[in-house]
Amino acid sequence: MMKKTKIFAALGGLALAGFSIFLIAADHIDSPSVANTTVDIADLYAFQGNNENNTVFVATLQGPLNPGGVTENASFDEDVLIEFNIDNTGDFVEDLVIQAVKRADTMYFFGPAVVDAADTGASSSIYSDQLAGQVQISGVGDTFTATNNGMSFFAGPRRDYFYFDFNRFNDVISGSVAPEGFLPPSQASDFFEALNVLSIVVEVPNSMLGSAPEHVGGAVGITGLPNAYNVWVSAKRKQ
Amino acid sequence: MKRFNIKFAILALCTSFLFVQCADDDDNGNVIEQISCTDGIQNGDEEGVDCGGTACEPCVGNIDFSGTYTQVDIMGRPGVNTVFSGSNDVKNDFNNSLVTERAAFQPIFEATLELYHDVYATSLGIPTEDLDYETNILNLDAPTFTTVLAQFDALQVAPNAPTTYFDGTNVLTGRNLGDDVIDISLTLMFGGTTGTRFDGNNGTPQLTSDGIGVGDRDLTLGFPYMEPALTN
Repeated sequence: MMKKTKIFAALGGLALAGFSIFLIAADHIDSPSVANTTVDIADLYAFQGNNENNTVFVATLQGPLNPGGVTENASFDEDVLIEFNIDNTGDFVEDLVIQAVKRADTMYFFGPAVVDAADTGASSSIYSDQLAGQVQISGVGDTFTATNNGMSFFAGPRRDYFYFDFNRFNDVISGSVAPEGFLPPSQASDFFEALNVLSIVVEVPNSMLGSAPEHVGGAVGITGLPNAYNVWVSAKRKQ
Repeated sequence: MKRFNIKFAILALCTSFLFVQCADDDDNGNVIEQISCTDGIQNGDEEGVDCGGTACEPCVGNIDFSGTYTQVDIMGRPGVNTVFSGSNDVKNDFNNSLVTERAAFQPIFEATLELYHDVYATSLGIPTEDLDYETNILNLDAPTFTTVLAQFDALQVAPNAPTTYFDGTNVLTGRNLGDDVIDISLTLMFGGTTGTRFDGNNGTPQLTSDGIGVGDRDLTLGFPYMEPALTN
């Protein structure tokens, strides 16, 4: 087999063409059935809180939203249940869920609820007897947070933290900017820099999440990684 | 006489304070107006503590949370579905699938990964078999890399370690708001064993970084950690 980097060095460049599908965003607008709807997940973040004994879960939705009227008019949907799924046994089946659903001007949070094996999967009911807390949904000009039992809650519009030179990307995939590819930092432009998303944020004491399983990286030879939960977010629509 | 006047003045002053206090105590309407939905007690026409009645949110027990909710979108790691599914039908299937039902996506993802490389070969007029994905910096070959993407599609979140998607040393312990997931993903796809295979140097295109960082987004905030929505 030929050495590819040498081929590129010899030819001095190349063209990218023929792609209509690549990165659009982290998950923003990711498929026709959910694009531009109230169930469209934009991003998932999960990180250690300022209190390092806590984990913060962030789901962003309905992005990207232009500032102004588009953001002001964006709203959560009462028929959409957002679930943070936590696998703490390493089988990629959710053992715990934290649910968020809107009623009137309030976001209600439930869990972390233990999911019985029979209740895992694509369909869910709300664990209405396991209310974790609730928070008034914030607007563009105000921020409401709430705490209860060590957990913290937020729901409302925020700046989009996803960053990407989306326009340059389109040029890259069209082949129009070969051989350079992406631009150097001084010339690149962040498509999402001035855009917003709807955000749901919940911070949870790790003591509520159980012990973390061995990191899945070990299964593919990436050794020495700390134990880690497997976490994903799902958007579910009321039937 | 002067002394009497001083006493009278003091008495008058004290009396006026009394009247002020009485006036406040007598104002029952004012007390009722201070009932709030955040005072921690059930008062007014509330049906529970700070809930129900005419002013407050409904009591949780009276809100309808019934029904069945069915998955229509799902996300673990950033970019997986949008980058690797390759067609609208596959994307929809992915969003409707469970994490444990992804074996069928692995060959699709691997084909997409190779297709990205084939485009370069075609545009250069060289055989597509001469330009393939190269084992990446995590030492994952194409089948293994796409298996991780397809079948282990979740954020690995370490509760007892600092968070990073990948910082050059630590890897896959969560995703911070500021993590450069695009550059990490591009590097894993196009960076090869060294991470620098197509990094814009030595006549190669720049495919391992889009040149964008977190910019002026504030990463120092307390809960909820994200800046307020921009207004213009």
